[in-house]
Amino acid sequence: MKTWLIIADVKKDTLRQVTFEMIAKAAELGAQDRLIVAALGHGLTPVVNALENAGVHEVWAVDDERLAQYQPEYYASVIDGFVEKADADFVLFAHSAKYRDVAPMVAARKNAALASDVIAMTYEDSQVIVTRPIYAGKAFAKVALQGKPVMMTVRPNNLVADQPATRTASINTSALSTDVTLHTIVQEVVERAVADVDLTEAKIIVSGGRGVKSAEGFRPLEELAKVLHAAVGASRAACDAGYCDYAMQIGQTGKVVTSDLYIACGISGAIQHLAGMSSSKVIVAINKDPEAPIFKIADYGIVGDLFEVVPMLTEQLKQRLVNA
Amino acid sequence: MDIIVCLKQTFDTEAKITVKDGVILEDDVTFIVNPYDEYAIEEAVKWRDELGGTVTVVSIGKERAQEAVKTALAMGADDAIIVTSDTSLDSSASAKALYEVIKERTFDLILAGNQSVDQGASQVAVRLAEMLGIGHVSTVVQLEVSDDHVVAHRDADGTTEIVKGKLPLVITAQQGLNEPRYPSLLGIRKAAKKPIEWLSFETLVPDIANVSKAKEVEVFLPVAKEAGKILKGELADQVHALIDHLHADKKVL
Repeated sequence: MKTWLIIADVKKDTLRQVTFEMIAKAAELGAQDRLIVAALGHGLTPVVNALENAGVHEVWAVDDERLAQYQPEYYASVIDGFVEKADADFVLFAHSAKYRDVAPMVAARKNAALASDVIAMTYEDSQVIVTRPIYAGKAFAKVALQGKPVMMTVRPNNLVADQPATRTASINTSALSTDVTLHTIVQEVVERAVADVDLTEAKIIVSGGRGVKSAEGFRPLEELAKVLHAAVGASRAACDAGYCDYAMQIGQTGKVVTSDLYIACGISGAIQHLAGMSSSKVIVAINKDPEAPIFKIADYGIVGDLFEVVPMLTEQLKQRLVNA
Repeated sequence: MDIIVCLKQTFDTEAKITVKDGVILEDDVTFIVNPYDEYAIEEAVKWRDELGGTVTVVSIGKERAQEAVKTALAMGADDAIIVTSDTSLDSSASAKALYEVIKERTFDLILAGNQSVDQGASQVAVRLAEMLGIGHVSTVVQLEVSDDHVVAHRDADGTTEIVKGKLPLVITAQQGLNEPRYPSLLGIRKAAKKPIEWLSFETLVPDIANVSKAKEVEVFLPVAKEAGKILKGELADQVHALIDHLHADKKVL
């Protein structure tokens, strides 16, 4: 029997969906195995309640106000303790800002294999094989992971698995009991104005390129995003031109996204941008230039001026939402 | 302020990937300094100029990596070490080689890109910090360095974390940290005379089997996406049809 340790992706006091995606996959591949989900943070009662019936055998939580914000050295120490106590064979993290930062720390301490940004996994003949993008999704690699434990960070919205069997988990909550010297301290966390919906977990993304022409030109895109509860992204050309924050950049340099719907506005479709978004399920392109390469990968294209098309799309969506 | 910069040579981001017999071909590919590492070099040179000290570049790769290293020297780094390896290494093996090179040296700060544009794993620099027993701050978009500490702004999924760290530290660069300079002609001429030390990976890490844990068993290209439908007619009708398609056919609205 193997032991799976899933580190819950906790954002404030809620669980991101990827937590359940990881649980479902572990339950499928390790039907006879011991499944543990572990959470760390502060004010975790709602999180623990949500995990109790998620399909695992055990829920572990370390609830401490020193964990309210991400502090790499506290987090690494607690997770290292989880791995040790569980004697885990497999450790799964979400591929999000804090866990992609802390996972290599734990992997180094455990001298363990770690695969980043995993989109699929199989377990055959005692060997874990994961699929992950390389060159930001221009290609994919299957990677065999050796040793114990084997670790991975998992991209949200990608693992496919059946709903796990219902179980009621045992619950073990404790406080932070470590004596860690901090080399770095997070002093303050500033929410950025653009961060209404986070790019990496957005189901819908409205993205702008050189065609938006100015910082002001992003306004119609933001209006559309508001109606769709979407995140706003950008191409490198728009960022380099100074129209928007680099944090919005999607592409081989920048963020790689796999949204359900990607609306590219005034984006020509440079290879390095396509690498970051072409795995999105449905792509809409709006561009004045009918020859723009973005149309070659778009499911739907509208040849036209984004400053006409986008506001019209926003208006029609609003009307139809009112009528619905 | 003695600064070490970890640098990787990568494919140009505009390069198309071609796979033959399960291997990615390098023919006709332009190689560049990993763009995230360029920010690291720029930041290192900037703080060296402000606070004094040296900038040493460490790179692992094939012999061609020296082209990227020379770019860093032309941007203003003082000297370089190249660890040669003809096989591709996993994050754990790369970190171990960097550790072996760096552990004997004195340094105040290590700068690196937060990820490479090829593997995109964001592991090597963080593993290196752990092996050296020092702290790190990753995906940094703004940095202030003083004699014994740094204040770094870290980009974290839509928020900015303001982090204070005590030197020595590892800092990984995120896009937006600075505007990397182009090497000047004078810089390029000076770079030709700057020292490069060559080491071999096999000598530094003789027990590769114990270090390397992740092995690529297959490489493949994504299924090519076919061009879809260009909508026709009056603009208002196109927009209407688009919403219908997204709602009824694709069920994403």
